Amino acid sequence: MIGDIRNPRLMLLSVTLVALVLSAVPLPHVLDLLRPDFVLLTIIWFALMLPRAGGLAAAWLAGLALDAFHGVVLGENALAFVVVAFLVHRFHLRMRMYPLSQQALVVLVLLLLYQFLLFWIDGVTGHPANAWFRWLPVLTGALLWPVLTGFLGRIMTRS
Amino acid sequence: MPALREPGARYAPPRVSTLGLRALLLIALSVGLMVADHRQHGLALIRSGLSAAAWPLQMLVHSPVAAWDWLSASTRTRHELLAENEALRSAARENDLKLLRLEAIEQENRRLRALVNAAPRDAERVQAATVLRVDLDRLRHRVLIDRGARDGVSRGQPVIDASGIVGQTTNVGPLAAEVILLSDPTHAVPVQVERNGLRTIAVGSGDSERLTLPYLPRNADVQVDDLLVSSGLGGVFPAGLPVARVAEVKRDPSQPLAIVSAKPAAALDRDREVLLLWIRARVALPEAEPPAAPAHEPRAKPRQAPAP
Repeated sequence: MIGDIRNPRLMLLSVTLVALVLSAVPLPHVLDLLRPDFVLLTIIWFALMLPRAGGLAAAWLAGLALDAFHGVVLGENALAFVVVAFLVHRFHLRMRMYPLSQQALVVLVLLLLYQFLLFWIDGVTGHPANAWFRWLPVLTGALLWPVLTGFLGRIMTRS
Repeated sequence: MPALREPGARYAPPRVSTLGLRALLLIALSVGLMVADHRQHGLALIRSGLSAAAWPLQMLVHSPVAAWDWLSASTRTRHELLAENEALRSAARENDLKLLRLEAIEQENRRLRALVNAAPRDAERVQAATVLRVDLDRLRHRVLIDRGARDGVSRGQPVIDASGIVGQTTNVGPLAAEVILLSDPTHAVPVQVERNGLRTIAVGSGDSERLTLPYLPRNADVQVDDLLVSSGLGGVFPAGLPVARVAEVKRDPSQPLAIVSAKPAAALDRDREVLLLWIRARVALPEAEPPAAPAHEPRAKPRQAPAP
């Protein structure tokens, strides 16, 4: 990233808040099923591009906020977010080198892992949530990734 | 290899990444949180604090819809208002008539119940609440209402609308409360077929237009179009409130149980306004344990719904 970069932590906070709002905006049923995991995508982007700002603690807090916001058992999203953020941190130098399509593929795998963790925790806590539409946001999230990287990269550098 | 180092180069200690350690710590913390929240409900204070923190954001999500409602309400034409007024007036007349009959029946009922020494069943207080237009988890059937602990709402309180039971409150924050709908797959309500008093349990199916009645034997006397009302067992819902209407009865000779599904009486996914009920507990329930705790459903089900 060349050019004037805005305060990454402030941007992380505000983008996460916007993503939280997007995650709860009332949508028609079909669109609701397709709604990507905006907050997680934001966290992945920051862990990938600005790993100093988007650390594991930030991912954990964002997950906790999502838990509180959507009324699921506290810690569910927080755990899944930390696992995903850890993987991104671990491989961020490698992931940055990938072409966008391949990056989207990696994001697809990460989102799949995230949904699987939620599925698992839901099962342990007694929510029979094996609906097929659980896996739809994985696809839409991966499809959204190129748009999201372009958008976030632009708002981060413009001043 | 120190011998090969350039003169003047400073020794750089090998970088030790604490990434994995930090991740492990945070994962352990999350697991601890989940156990505390799910098993013990020990985080009521933290939960209500977080709920209060989420409130402004949730209002932000809700506000465009609220603004649109306000706008469309304030730009109605006189003609529309007159028509609506007329419709409401005639509905009120009809209701008055029904109420007259109801009062007589209530009197009679009270007398009869006194004769057989049965406790009266009353709703103590009713309060309207607005359903916030906030999409919670798509896998759980929950809605958010704009009444919380500040208005006296507590966990496990029945929520109804004009046509039947909607659900019950679960997580109650200071300003808002979550309502678990009848159609949530982890929710069960003890019901009774109004026609013959047959008792069973209606379980949510994850589809807001359908409840299932999985515990009816194949020869049970249940027909399509039977009205299911709450039976009052379990102590959450008062008896006699409409729950659902039987939509389908399948009797497969190879199965011991009939496959019965019903359509909820309340407009679960379309309600804008609901009513909160405060009922006088007929059976003194232990205070420490809320009558139904939908957060740990598998164990709550048998407790909430005794076997018919």
